[in-house]
Amino acid sequence: MLKDSIGYKVILSWFHSKGIQPFDFQEETWMHIIDKHSGLVNAPTGCGKTFSVFLGALIDFINDNPDNYKSKSRNHLRLLWITPLRALAKDIGRAMREVIDDLGMQWQVGIRNGDTETNERQKQIRQMPEVLIITPESLHLLLAQKNYPDVFKNLKILAVDEWHELLGSKRGVQVELAISRIVHLVDRSQMTVDSPENRQLSSANRQLSVWGISATIGNLDQAQEVLTSPILDKIKSPPVIVKAKLDKRIEIESVFPDEIEKYPWAGHLGIKLVHKVIPIIENSRTTLIFINTRGMSERWYQEILNVAPELAGAVALHHGSIDMELRLWVEESLHSGKLKAVVCTSSLDLGVDFRPVETVIQVGSPKGVARFLQRAGRSGHQPGELSKIYFLPTHSLELVEAAALKSAMKENFIESREPMLLCFDVLIQYLGTLAIGEGFFPDIIFKEISSTYCFREIKNEEWLEILHFITEGGEALQQYDEYRKVEIINGLYKITSRRIAMRHRIHIGTIVSDSMMKVKFLSGGYVGVIEEYFISRLNPGDIFTLAGRNLEFLMIKEMTAIVKKSNAKKSIVPSWNGGRMPLSANLGYMLRKKFNEVHHLLGTRNTENADIELRKLKPLFELQQSLSHVPRENELLIEQIETSDGIHLFVYPFEGRLVHQAMAALLAFRISRILPISFSFAMNDYGFELLSDQPIPLDDSNVYEIFSGEGLTADIQRSINSAEMARRKFRDVAVIGGLIFQGYPGEYKKTKHLQSSAGLLFNVFSEYDPGNLLLRQAYHEVMEQEMEEARLRNMLDRISKSKIILRFPDRLTPFCFPIKVDSMREDLSSEKLEDRVKKMQQQLVRDTDKKRVK
Amino acid sequence: MHIPVSHKILNQQFWLTTDRTMYWEEEKALIVSDLHFGKTGHFRKSGIAIPASVYKEDLQRLVVQIQYFQPRELIIVGDMFHSHANKELELFLKWRSDLSDIKIKLIRGNHDVLEEGWYENAGIQLSPLTLSMHQFHFVHDITDLPGRKEKITKGKEVSYCFSGHIHPGIRIQGSGRQSLCFPCFYFGKKYAVLPAFSRFTGVAMIYPEAEEEVFAIVDQELIRLQ
Repeated sequence: MLKDSIGYKVILSWFHSKGIQPFDFQEETWMHIIDKHSGLVNAPTGCGKTFSVFLGALIDFINDNPDNYKSKSRNHLRLLWITPLRALAKDIGRAMREVIDDLGMQWQVGIRNGDTETNERQKQIRQMPEVLIITPESLHLLLAQKNYPDVFKNLKILAVDEWHELLGSKRGVQVELAISRIVHLVDRSQMTVDSPENRQLSSANRQLSVWGISATIGNLDQAQEVLTSPILDKIKSPPVIVKAKLDKRIEIESVFPDEIEKYPWAGHLGIKLVHKVIPIIENSRTTLIFINTRGMSERWYQEILNVAPELAGAVALHHGSIDMELRLWVEESLHSGKLKAVVCTSSLDLGVDFRPVETVIQVGSPKGVARFLQRAGRSGHQPGELSKIYFLPTHSLELVEAAALKSAMKENFIESREPMLLCFDVLIQYLGTLAIGEGFFPDIIFKEISSTYCFREIKNEEWLEILHFITEGGEALQQYDEYRKVEIINGLYKITSRRIAMRHRIHIGTIVSDSMMKVKFLSGGYVGVIEEYFISRLNPGDIFTLAGRNLEFLMIKEMTAIVKKSNAKKSIVPSWNGGRMPLSANLGYMLRKKFNEVHHLLGTRNTENADIELRKLKPLFELQQSLSHVPRENELLIEQIETSDGIHLFVYPFEGRLVHQAMAALLAFRISRILPISFSFAMNDYGFELLSDQPIPLDDSNVYEIFSGEGLTADIQRSINSAEMARRKFRDVAVIGGLIFQGYPGEYKKTKHLQSSAGLLFNVFSEYDPGNLLLRQAYHEVMEQEMEEARLRNMLDRISKSKIILRFPDRLTPFCFPIKVDSMREDLSSEKLEDRVKKMQQQLVRDTDKKRVK
Repeated sequence: MHIPVSHKILNQQFWLTTDRTMYWEEEKALIVSDLHFGKTGHFRKSGIAIPASVYKEDLQRLVVQIQYFQPRELIIVGDMFHSHANKELELFLKWRSDLSDIKIKLIRGNHDVLEEGWYENAGIQLSPLTLSMHQFHFVHDITDLPGRKEKITKGKEVSYCFSGHIHPGIRIQGSGRQSLCFPCFYFGKKYAVLPAFSRFTGVAMIYPEAEEEVFAIVDQELIRLQ
């Protein structure tokens, strides 16, 4: 059927003219598209995923208009292309236009996002291009236009690019809501066709297809389900998944310290390996160095220049707090191959391809398999090319992660992206958006939103509460109340106030950045932006580092931090709020599996089959085994150690920082029920520590009970100050839900009387309206995301089925060392910390040496 | 109501309360700052659904204070009203007519943008920048007062100044990384900054010097920090 169609033949000859053949997955997608199916294309970046859906749309059009497909113009919008990144739009648009020009067709490709000029936007509204590339935010803005239904009346395909990026975020929810609206619109536009024959004809023709394009994630089936959920009752055949069977070759190489035992086992000391990085940079055309936090990236950048001053000018720094223009310059220079290396954070995870990049270095744990693969994929960005990634550990145990990553890659054991559920803040924003455009009828919209995956479980009373919130401000009508947002006019919910509509429009979107403050030199000149939170803790005269410079803080003036250059050697590196990703469940699982192999390794002289990382770490494991134990996959190791600080209890579930944090609090709470006792705790991605000044009553008799999943929710609520966590979450929820007005761009004064901080709102709502649904959502998000409740539960479940190994080593073990170091970070300055770490470490090394002598 | 805390300045007796008010015994004056009346209404009118009960409770709290101290007058150190007139201010006028005996003196703050006739009509005596009573001065924003760094002296007489505006707060650091912040009264050598009366106000951190006095308002207790 496909191969007989004229459209296919046209496209195939275009391929041949380029001297290439379509991939199987592309042809498969085209076939589904001409059959009006919906579904998901699973293909890695850089292997023609755009062409799978886009060319399908062309084939479909050519088939519909075999005689005049070249000359037919003004066909209205046929393909809506949603992409998460503005930066990607241009590249995609260019690629599409090339094909259209080659084929001699009249299709137009438009781009609509925050960078699009107003007159261009208006032109689009008057005459929609056939293809519109849009961000989720701009799509919602489009839904806030009057007459927006006209825009979609001829739409055939709604495509969502990089769906794996959107899924699991509130932007994904925005996409779900937009789909539910557009699907319904296209449905309704069929009704307007008058004659019955016409209707039949058009209903076949006007069937809207929804397509997603996604990289490999653990829950592809669910990703497809979320995307197509709103269209499910409108399509005849079930949605499909098309998989590109293209293997990308990735090579991982660990960077080893010269001496494993003497290697500092403390997190931020990994920077000492910087001299090993220089040759890698020199031997490669362009290198990306991924660092987990912005603070550490500043230090690495400076360290690289200290060690290799000749690289000055050829190395750049890229992270979220650096001035946008500077970042764009770095990206452009990467493109043109002008830079030898860029030290970056997750800020460069996504985005346009940088072809000159040959090598990637990952410093410290990548925290997850998917993220590691994505970063590796930043090098050798051509189909069939090898991606090379170096792994540089920040403490020696992290080398096990390199081994675990290799195995995970081999087994394609990639994390899932969990879709978000019942995001009332996004729904409230969406309803406001509809209310400023055409207005909406609640019955219709309720049906639509219930068809999305996100809101399919919404209860009627929750819906009524939301309507009440947007029309009456959440309170029963009172005499002196003038609440005004959405008004009900003959059943139609509408925002009529132009001011409110304008404010709403400016705030459409779900990406809430921390409130940032500009940093400028006293002499003028812009350095970058920094979290207000950080600046608020500085005193004039303090030295801090930003954008690779040491700066002295002078004062705050008109919402700008004024600084001057400083030659001081010591500075505070800001700890930015990002970069606190916990170890993923998948990587944790693989790590635990690797420790099984360690046992194998310890029992034999023949180590050739083992991972090189494990072989290198053998002395460390031997020390661990002789002092305590190396836990197998089905074991949970607990160490109780007495030092001059007190009694330490170390537990190693390998479940990531967040779960450990909740777990530590839970454990402390449960133990304190046995006996009055107080703890302080510390944790990292591998385990956690409880420290007390008295013996901890945990032994074989009660250990399973303490780790039981019974009464978990109640115990968590009693043991953790969730209010403090919810307060932090509430900011995002309040901004998205329209409670915080951030002001018009460049118009500070006029809206001064409407400013309030999220913290203040949180207090006010907690005290005066504790049942408020946005407040409830903040708490809910804390449980889901901050506590990872589901994962915590799974972990307790796993522990209940495994063997708990309780050991009482007479001194600190290699496993507990990194956690111990973390725990000291809370009360000691970094300088002292390093000294102290050195001292403790010498102690350990001496112990091993002694053993050897024996 | 909780027992007020005594504080003496220039031999005059003041009483501080956890409800963010200060009573001046000799003058029988209740002193408050930053009431921001009408703020919730202003937000709600703009489509931001702040619970309106915050404002009603603020009004009630003020009544309780007046009933307790039985002051002759109310001195408001600026920002009595948050913005332009709205229905919440009509509620205030009703409140005012129920308490018409008490004299209200307002030192205009940056938020007090209503027309002068409005204040007159509401029985509020408006002072544009400062108000002086004996050796005490009242000003909304202390930085508006020239020469604030020195003790204000008229001849040989020493004086002291009360201000508001910044909504002072103090951070108390605990062990580890714990830190909490509370609204507070600040008494420097030359001037004081009063806490904002309205519960719908945030705080700005202050960093007092060693010999200055600060009272943190922690729930139902005033804690003297230094």
